[in-house]
Amino acid sequence: MNILNLFKVAIRAIASNKFRSFLSMLGIIIGVAAVIIMMAIGQGSKESVRANIAQMGTNVIMIRPGADSRGGVRRDPSEMQTLRQEDYEAILRDKRYVTYVSPEVTSSGQVIYGANNTSVSVYGESLDYFDIKQWAIKDGETFSEEDIRSSAKVCVVGTTVVTELFGENADPVGKTIRFKSIPFRIVGVLKSKGYNSWGMDQDNVLIAPYTTVMKRIQAQTFFSSINCSAITEELTDEAISELTSILRASHKLSGEDNFTIRSQQEMMETMSSTMDTITIILVVAAAFSLLVAGIGIMNIMLVSVTERTKEIGLRMSVGARGIDISNQFLIESVLISVTGGALGVLVGFLGTRLCLLVGFPVIIPMWSIFVSFAVCTVIGVGFGYIPASKAANLDPIEAIRYE
Amino acid sequence: MNNVTDNNDRHVVIELQNVKREFKVGDEIVHALRGISFKIYEGEFVTIMGTSGSGKSTLLNQLGCLDTPTSGEYILDGTPVRTMSKSQRARLRNRKIGFVFQNYNLLPKTTAVENVELPLMYNSKYNASQRREAAVKALQAVGLGDRLEHKSNQMSGGQMQRVAIARALVNDPAVILADEATGNLDTRTSFEMLVLFQNLHAQGRTIIFVTHNPEIAQYSSRNIMLRDGKIREDTINNNILSAADALAALPVNHDD
Repeated sequence: MNILNLFKVAIRAIASNKFRSFLSMLGIIIGVAAVIIMMAIGQGSKESVRANIAQMGTNVIMIRPGADSRGGVRRDPSEMQTLRQEDYEAILRDKRYVTYVSPEVTSSGQVIYGANNTSVSVYGESLDYFDIKQWAIKDGETFSEEDIRSSAKVCVVGTTVVTELFGENADPVGKTIRFKSIPFRIVGVLKSKGYNSWGMDQDNVLIAPYTTVMKRIQAQTFFSSINCSAITEELTDEAISELTSILRASHKLSGEDNFTIRSQQEMMETMSSTMDTITIILVVAAAFSLLVAGIGIMNIMLVSVTERTKEIGLRMSVGARGIDISNQFLIESVLISVTGGALGVLVGFLGTRLCLLVGFPVIIPMWSIFVSFAVCTVIGVGFGYIPASKAANLDPIEAIRYE
Repeated sequence: MNNVTDNNDRHVVIELQNVKREFKVGDEIVHALRGISFKIYEGEFVTIMGTSGSGKSTLLNQLGCLDTPTSGEYILDGTPVRTMSKSQRARLRNRKIGFVFQNYNLLPKTTAVENVELPLMYNSKYNASQRREAAVKALQAVGLGDRLEHKSNQMSGGQMQRVAIARALVNDPAVILADEATGNLDTRTSFEMLVLFQNLHAQGRTIIFVTHNPEIAQYSSRNIMLRDGKIREDTINNNILSAADALAALPVNHDD
């Protein structure tokens, strides 16, 4: 029998048992929908983490004090005073794969303007910082190289600081605020970046020349970290090894490193692989429901073969070969599972819309739809095979007289 | 195709040469057919009779290519069947044999035309319109030209059996095999079926009618009696009764 007729026969058989066919499809529908929703949640979370990490800047490489290898008693990295002005200068002098370099000295505390005050994170940076972070100035301008040289008491502030101290939409450029009783003149306002994925307000910042923060606020001679930017994402690894050798030379090291270098790319990969693991676990759990659904289809097909023994006997006696009969049942089970798969994709799609409404970040990966269809076909053939071959191997003499 | 002819130039449709069929039941061997030989010529209307256990069902399975002999040879329209594979026999059934069963065996919830088309579905030489054309012709031949689209569950027993006969005719078979084809029908309808079979016989069809009802033998041209897996009698009927006359003589059924 040709394919078209086989499909007609299969559709008729399914239609003559609508409710039963629907129930056996239901397993597939739920399974496929679950797989798609799980994949969409996994993918969506991954993308949102990625987007957050990307917000950190372009090709960022962070150098922190502290060892990264095994053995011995280790001090708190923040106590370690291994990153110094010489290191910064060495990097500036020898860099080839690195574009921007900014030493970082951090502090935090109250800033006061008139009767208002707010708690703020203070970053001492060089001018490259704004390029590394891709952070533009909204009003005014950044401080200058001259300000860095002279440890000038000038700063750039985030929009949250402006709102807290001056009120909404005020222009604070030129005004002087106080941090730990040191007056800072505001020279610029940063564009808003919003909250990051850890719920931190990235606009609640005060950025001043690193020399100012180091000498006038912290009274220290070391940096908390050095941020760099690789020329391109692909050259990140080269940039890291370059920075390592510069710092090792500068620190005159022979043993283990007394600093740690991490790249944004690396963080992204770590986060991605964590999300991937979670996604795989979710999808495997959902895939088990597909397996159960396949067994359900096999069960219903076995019942169907028994019920239609007489029909099989008749078809054989008028000239159906074993393969005609097995094809008929295979197409029927494939049709059930693929129709179930299509409905499952639809339900999965609606499910992800629901997730979006609830506030889950979801993205349906297109390939998950193709994979679902492929899996459904495989399930249809795989679990339809045993009933189909059972039907094909019936003895026509017994089948035709079956009551 | 070999043109098998007898010395008096009649075409041999079926030839059995010492056909034996044995079944193993546990440790015992049951001899269902103990060496059967006969020829059936084109245009014969043969009844095969016997009590249950006489081997007539086994013989029917052999004739219908549903089973193969343990020994001996069966030649259907020039084709030896014994060594054929299952698929080859399926194809042979499709081209050479038309089955009519006792309980009609129509597909449920399916129209008359679609039921009759069924054998042609397994013959790739027919396309959809040729199938339908042949099915309509066969249904007209059995007097159901006005019930083409009736579903099997909307028909009486006699009508269903007519559909089954049309289905047996649709592939223009070398032989029509009827298995107790009137067994489920009342007397009147049984005679209507016999009239139909006699008409087909008159048109030159070869018919083998397996039955345990001795009355039917009177309406056929030849009668083969089986007992214990052997042929007990093989007689030519020179005085064929007319089923149409018998039908006319029946008291009119007022329930219709």
